[in-house]
Amino acid sequence: MSNTKNKYVVSFPHLGNYYIPVYNFLNNILDSSTTKILIPKMMSSSTVKYGEENSPDYVCTPFKYNMGNFIESLENGANVLIQAGGGCRYGYYAEVQEKILKDMGYDFIYIVLFDSNGIDVKKVFDIFKKLNPKLKFSYFVYRFLFTLKILNLLDKFETYVRDNYVYEIDAGKFDKLHTSFLNKLKYVKDNKELNIIKKDYFKKLHNIKLKDEAKRKDIIKVGIVGELYTSMEPYSSFYIERELLKMGVKVKRYTTATYLLLKKKAEEKNLLKKSNKYITYALGADGTESVAHSLELIDEGYDGIIHIKPFGCTPEINAMPILQKISNDFNIPIIYFTFDMQSSEVGITTRLEAFYDMLKMKKECNANE
Amino acid sequence: MNKYYMGIDIGSISTKGVIIDDEENIVASEYLWTEADPITATKRVVESLLKKCSNNNINLELYGLGTTGSARYLIGKILGANVIKNEITAHGIGTLSRHKDARTILEIGGQDSKLIIIKDGIIIDYAMNTLCAAGTGAFLSSQAKRLGIDIKDLGDIALKSKTPSKIAARCTVFAESDLVHKAQIGHSKEDIVAGICNAVAQNFLNNLGKGKKLEDKIIFQGGVSKNIGVVRAFENILNKKVYVDMESHLMGALGIAIISKKQATNSYRLNFDFNVTKYNFKTIGRECNKCSNNCELVDIYKNGEIIDTLGGRCQNSKNIINQKKIEA
Repeated sequence: MSNTKNKYVVSFPHLGNYYIPVYNFLNNILDSSTTKILIPKMMSSSTVKYGEENSPDYVCTPFKYNMGNFIESLENGANVLIQAGGGCRYGYYAEVQEKILKDMGYDFIYIVLFDSNGIDVKKVFDIFKKLNPKLKFSYFVYRFLFTLKILNLLDKFETYVRDNYVYEIDAGKFDKLHTSFLNKLKYVKDNKELNIIKKDYFKKLHNIKLKDEAKRKDIIKVGIVGELYTSMEPYSSFYIERELLKMGVKVKRYTTATYLLLKKKAEEKNLLKKSNKYITYALGADGTESVAHSLELIDEGYDGIIHIKPFGCTPEINAMPILQKISNDFNIPIIYFTFDMQSSEVGITTRLEAFYDMLKMKKECNANE
Repeated sequence: MNKYYMGIDIGSISTKGVIIDDEENIVASEYLWTEADPITATKRVVESLLKKCSNNNINLELYGLGTTGSARYLIGKILGANVIKNEITAHGIGTLSRHKDARTILEIGGQDSKLIIIKDGIIIDYAMNTLCAAGTGAFLSSQAKRLGIDIKDLGDIALKSKTPSKIAARCTVFAESDLVHKAQIGHSKEDIVAGICNAVAQNFLNNLGKGKKLEDKIIFQGGVSKNIGVVRAFENILNKKVYVDMESHLMGALGIAIISKKQATNSYRLNFDFNVTKYNFKTIGRECNKCSNNCELVDIYKNGEIIDTLGGRCQNSKNIINQKKIEA
């Protein structure tokens, strides 16, 4: 089986559309004559099944989705896997997953981008250098920074779409442009090309006709706060954002990869200060954000807040009693969803529908007064 | 000519139906067991409603029909409803039509329970329990069976108790082992039954009442509200009066009938097929297989002809309608 063409097959877990910048990064730093980049199979019921079968029962849900992605990729020939880490149990994912997968008999090289001390660029570079001996450190750093630029642009684009989706006049325009934008980003070569794409697509984006301000008054506005994976991977929240948009609800979400990687550290102190009436210390992971952003949404006149988390997410459980207090103090409805591996969406749709009805009746009532 | 509206609430355990007139008075109602066959249950409810109307010489001109409850989509398609809505909204609207001053609705059904908070006549907050069976009717009926008591007598037996047994409220499994244990060490049946009623009320409040203020007036409804033992348990724990409407079991159906009235076009009669109960409906579950999501779909056939497909996330599942026929 010494197929020189594909000596290495590199794969990674899914998280929303972020496979695009990751693919771009790997595609540029690895040698295509020896290495293939395998984007994991789209999230599906089989991902869930493999993940669930091979994970500890009580681990938080994103762990299981990651496992499902890894197993499906390994089965499709991957022999190099990449994992990240974060400030909660996410920090332990990498080690535990490696152990489980190796116990299952898979053989692979494992690359962990972050550990509890943050990212060690040199260490990560050394591993990639093994895969591609021609790789130079300066080029590696350049591509890494460039990838952050792509990621930033992707988030900007998607945030604009999310913010304006319900104001769209001709249905489907945003979706179509989004798909073509993703394809462009996947293979963008350098700064020059990225700038052209940016100019071109944001022009097209801003040209999409929107309802004028006067007609936006009756639209219900909802903010989504909570855990990062559930916020960014639509499959894990049963496409809650899309469901809301389909109902004609304007959705705002703070958590994006750009926020987590580039802004979070700088903002954390500020967020704590802003919400000092409710919290004195950081709640861990994104718990502080859940509280601070809820207060911000209230300030901005949002009609309701949806708090989402995967089963077993401790930082968000910390945030919940505080959110309940905020809900009482400001008289704003907050609904809580905990997502697990269950496949029945009925309970979720029912509560989401009721939430919508409630906000709508409230709004109509206020308008009549 | 009077206008009438039908509301059907198809729950997991029971199916409820009402017909209301333009003044929102219930002119006919029915309540029976779903027995895991929502289509047959609905047919029986509709048949009974139609019969009750004709017995009372009502010329039934239907202007609206709504469905709610966990089988609302399936039944809504079959009956040709003009509105299909979740049971939380339906229960809220139904209760508010009878109790304008209601602030808190406790609802315990067969498989789930809800807490609805109202202010100034609109729903401002709610919670729904779908995770745990300990605070629901299913738990009560299984424990009644274990004790050899008819579920209908449970409430009266509970009232006889002066010292209710302490039964863990957190989880059905623990509650059941507590119950067995208490029985074996000699607690009386009354005390145990009263303990179960307390456990249901406590579980409800622990699970759904978290961080919410339950203000007067408190209305209790759903099948379990017929159990006087649970009503008293709520009153004791909350230290407040808990009201139970005579028609508390019909509030969801009433609510959805009222919503269908609100959404009905007044000048057009609903195209309701009075023969619907005689048709042969069949549902076949399948996997979509059009993409990796593999949505679980349900095809609905009427007299052998497919009328709709439910359960798909995207348009893919809808394309085959009108092409497929089966032998009924």
